[in-house]
Amino acid sequence: MIEIRQVGHAFGERTVLRDLTLDLSERRIAVVGANGSGKSTFARLLNGLLVPNSGTVRVDGLDTRRDGKAVRRKVGFVFQNPDNQIVLPVVAEDLAFGLKNLGLPKDEIGRRVDEALDRYDLRPLRDHPAHLLSGGQKQLLAIAGVLAMAPEAIVFDEPTTLLDLRNKRRIAQAIDALPQRAIVVSHDLAFLEHFDRVLVFEDGRVAIDDRPAVALPAYVAMMS
Amino acid sequence: MTPYVPGDSPVHRCPPGRKILLLVGAGSVLFAWPRLDLALAALGLAGLLYGMAGIPARLVLDQLRPLAWILAVLVLVQVALDGWLAGLLVAARLAALVLLAGLVTLTTRSADLIEALQRGLAWLRFVGVNPAKVGLAIALTLRFIPVLAAIAAEVREAQRARGLERSLVALTVPVVVRMLKMSDDIAAAIDARSYDPDGTDGRPPSPRTRLSKDPHVDP
Repeated sequence: MIEIRQVGHAFGERTVLRDLTLDLSERRIAVVGANGSGKSTFARLLNGLLVPNSGTVRVDGLDTRRDGKAVRRKVGFVFQNPDNQIVLPVVAEDLAFGLKNLGLPKDEIGRRVDEALDRYDLRPLRDHPAHLLSGGQKQLLAIAGVLAMAPEAIVFDEPTTLLDLRNKRRIAQAIDALPQRAIVVSHDLAFLEHFDRVLVFEDGRVAIDDRPAVALPAYVAMMS
Repeated sequence: MTPYVPGDSPVHRCPPGRKILLLVGAGSVLFAWPRLDLALAALGLAGLLYGMAGIPARLVLDQLRPLAWILAVLVLVQVALDGWLAGLLVAARLAALVLLAGLVTLTTRSADLIEALQRGLAWLRFVGVNPAKVGLAIALTLRFIPVLAAIAAEVREAQRARGLERSLVALTVPVVVRMLKMSDDIAAAIDARSYDPDGTDGRPPSPRTRLSKDPHVDP
């Protein structure tokens, strides 16, 4: 459970989040909103990448301000541009990066890397330079890198924005199949239709908080 | 950087630290004793090791191709100044060293190479430098050289479309801006994957991340 209490955040003089209070416990939560509405900042608060200027964010009782590292072990994060998320030059090495940071033994790292490679059909690319992968393969590698760390929840910040239609579907299927809780920031409304809950952001606040059948048409109406 | 070629040859199995030391040793010997027979022997040894490691001839040539112009100029200067034997010595020595260095990267996974460098740089702790951070810096450099090259090519193409292909400012400003934005994202991505070189549990995100701007606003 992620508890957000009276959270506010500003970058300099620009206020991006205003007095948010929410509990996030559903398995699939979507976050939508116009550019600059505060979605990405909100997403970064959920695993302690950003600490709010005011208020608290707790993940299973852990405060992101005090227990940042423990929170990041519980909540993984997949960024919009996988090129900025893949840290090491070779596919298998990048998958192992987060696992080494967790201090796992070598054989456990090897087992988890193999598992992640198999899950996303990346095994033939094991020793491949990461920069030579296609956009879809890079995003799958980014997801696999986070998934290998076995977080309890994963936050996705616009994971399909830079992809073509085929790769969008591939990534959407990969997210659908995750056993973990997923919180997905996206503009791809069709992908969010079967989610459990949709948060519509507007000017740093949650303007609509409802089931997709209600929230998504309301959001479309709001945008037009 | 030359990609790793998987294999199980004795060259592949040789520990990375030993490979680096042997490379340093070969370089020192070739420069301390500038003899043509030694340089040719090193070149022969490099060829033998490439064969042993099963590296395709195409990749051997790839090691030398970027150096071809420099090599040609150096040899011509040496031939003009000291005769053809000196030119041959310079060419053989440089080619041998480039091939041997290429062999290290072709037969060693970059993570193993970085780990070995980190161990070798452990003494830096005594002067207040964390070798793990140096290792990560090297890894990031290897990872992002091709990404930066792609960004530069993209910007060059965009500026050419606007007729600004000769403007240095039009090329460098967008590249630098994108690099700065990218560096914020990379720092956040590293934090998100529990990177902790100091082993300080419960720390807040790195200062770079904490100071980062609105994710949607370019610096």
